Amino acid sequence: MSTSSVKTVVNKFLDEYTNNTPKKLKIIDAYLTYIFITGVIQFVYCCLVGTFPFNAFLSGFISCVASFILGVCLRLQVNPANKSEFSGISPERGFADFIFAHVILHLIVVNFLG
Amino acid sequence: HSVGAGLCAAGMIAIVPGYISRSVAGSYDNEGIAIFCMLFTYYLWIKSVKTGNIYWSALCAVAYFYMVSSWGGYVFLINMIPLHVLVLMICGRFSHRVYVAYCTVYTLGTLLSMQISFVGFQPVQTSEHMLALGVFGLCQIYAFVEYLRANMTPEYFNILFKSLVIIISSIIAVGLGVLTLSGKVAPWTGRFYSLLDPSYAKNNIPIIASVSEHQPTSWSSFYFDLQILTFLFPAGLYYCFSKLTDHNIFIILYGVFAVYFAGVMVRLMLVLAPVMCILSGIAVSSSLSTYMKYLDGSGSQTKAASKQGKGRQDTNSTQQREGTAYLFVVLMTFFLVTYTTHCIWVTSEAYSSPSIVLSARSHDGGRIIFDDFREAYWWLRENTPEDAKVMSWWDYGYQITAMANRTVIVDNNTWNNTHISRVGQAMASTEDKAYEIMRELDVDYVLVIFGGLTGYSSDDINKFLWMVRIGGSTPEGEHIKEKDYYTPSGEFRVDGEGSSTLLNCLMYKMCYYRFGQVYTETGKPPGYDRVRNVVIGNKDFELDVLEEAYTSEHWIVRIYKVKDLPNRGTR
Repeated sequence: MSTSSVKTVVNKFLDEYTNNTPKKLKIIDAYLTYIFITGVIQFVYCCLVGTFPFNAFLSGFISCVASFILGVCLRLQVNPANKSEFSGISPERGFADFIFAHVILHLIVVNFLG
Repeated sequence: HSVGAGLCAAGMIAIVPGYISRSVAGSYDNEGIAIFCMLFTYYLWIKSVKTGNIYWSALCAVAYFYMVSSWGGYVFLINMIPLHVLVLMICGRFSHRVYVAYCTVYTLGTLLSMQISFVGFQPVQTSEHMLALGVFGLCQIYAFVEYLRANMTPEYFNILFKSLVIIISSIIAVGLGVLTLSGKVAPWTGRFYSLLDPSYAKNNIPIIASVSEHQPTSWSSFYFDLQILTFLFPAGLYYCFSKLTDHNIFIILYGVFAVYFAGVMVRLMLVLAPVMCILSGIAVSSSLSTYMKYLDGSGSQTKAASKQGKGRQDTNSTQQREGTAYLFVVLMTFFLVTYTTHCIWVTSEAYSSPSIVLSARSHDGGRIIFDDFREAYWWLRENTPEDAKVMSWWDYGYQITAMANRTVIVDNNTWNNTHISRVGQAMASTEDKAYEIMRELDVDYVLVIFGGLTGYSSDDINKFLWMVRIGGSTPEGEHIKEKDYYTPSGEFRVDGEGSSTLLNCLMYKMCYYRFGQVYTETGKPPGYDRVRNVVIGNKDFELDVLEEAYTSEHWIVRIYKVKDLPNRGTR
């Protein structure tokens, strides 16, 4: 009983999602799923092979996590439903900040890869 | 909070003794920069929470990196920020801005902090950083749940919510349990554990307990360092509570935790000083502006009232209010003036004088300067071979290295507990045992500080018990037990009643060599120790393995040369 209702809930959720979210957000969501999968692959690889170059693992994994987070933040800022919370930040500004943070992130990651 | 409060706080922080104590005559310890970095990071954090901009959060992470690179106290920061987020969550004020701010800061900041080799991989391995990681995970879950809740009808949401909660919490619990038990996540290190449990250091790691800056703070030092701020601090807290916003909650948290930690360790008074200033600045400016309003407003009110011909009662009450307002402003000005004078006095008296040249007043009122330290270090520099190695207690390591230009065995920054303990064992053992240790450590000269002739009380005999404790804290020093150095009744005495272990150990012999023939005070027999106020017990002895190399003018610094092995087999 509960499993079928969970299923219906999930289906309904997916329907609403595909119909109601604007295109911009869907692009960001696609990017987010891609990052998420990369992160999972890295983590599984590390579990299988061991953590020898630990700093390489950490830098790769955290870069995935950070990119995911930044993507989520961008999505939050661009979402028109959240306009009231982020007053004064236009989507373009949000995107510019996103790039800025990414530059810093990749500088660090490259340094940390060793 | 407001521009006025900021100005007040800035003025106070410029002269607060708690902060100035870290720097003397232009030289400074790394904490002077670290506090600036910490405040800068906090400022950027509050800014990013207010606006929810990724830009400010990224800058905050960079400032955090600056902080990590300057002081080990960054752990306080990395726990304060997650705690703030947690409190916001509990208060129900968690918004997307906070999510953006915290997640950006945490990911970028952790990655940045791992660039510093001292920190290395600690952020993912030690318990001190686990709170940040935990809150990060919680943020994700919370935000995700909020997202779902916003997009679904309540009943569907409830079903999904329940199943998700069960799955996720079980994963986390199992994961954490496995990690901690398998030792992957290391428990709290000694330095920070002693902050939570002050008695831990005293019982287990004497070396941390012996540093005088790590002792618990007394009330008088709170007042000494902060004066009026201690009173304005609760007032500031009250003002923050009355207007609760996200950043006010942060200041409150910071203030409360800083007070607790400053109470545990004197050194952390430094961390407390800025937040005290901020809160006091808020208090001063809020109260002043409240009362100033009466001063300005009442002028125009009386005019209006008299124009409309209202009764005398109104003018009376406004006059009363004006009176109290004036009184209050005058009082506040008085307090601030005393604060300034106090700070100036404290800085000039306590925190400006170098501790290497001592001065005292003789009985006819004139000033005697004891320049023994520099005299002895200069002797070392001129009269010993360049590669001579000097053994002394670690307090003097930096001075010897800088002024005498000789290698020391242990100095102020030595982290190796076993090494310092070895030196402690050498000082606390008999001459023969100590000779073995000194040959092992390849020591040429030994230096002790002795205050018995002048009455200088922070000499090595007074520090001796710490040497015994530290010496006895490692496996090689197990034969050194602290209670051997006390009399049967449990006192630490250097006169005839003292324990024989104490009277025959190396430190005693080095300090009191030839002291038995010296007259120190009128009316007392020779060998009278002016610090302990007794005549020493073991007077006329000869040294077997050392020979006296130099004693400074007032006997404060005594240097001994370690004799070589005898040429023939027996001595």
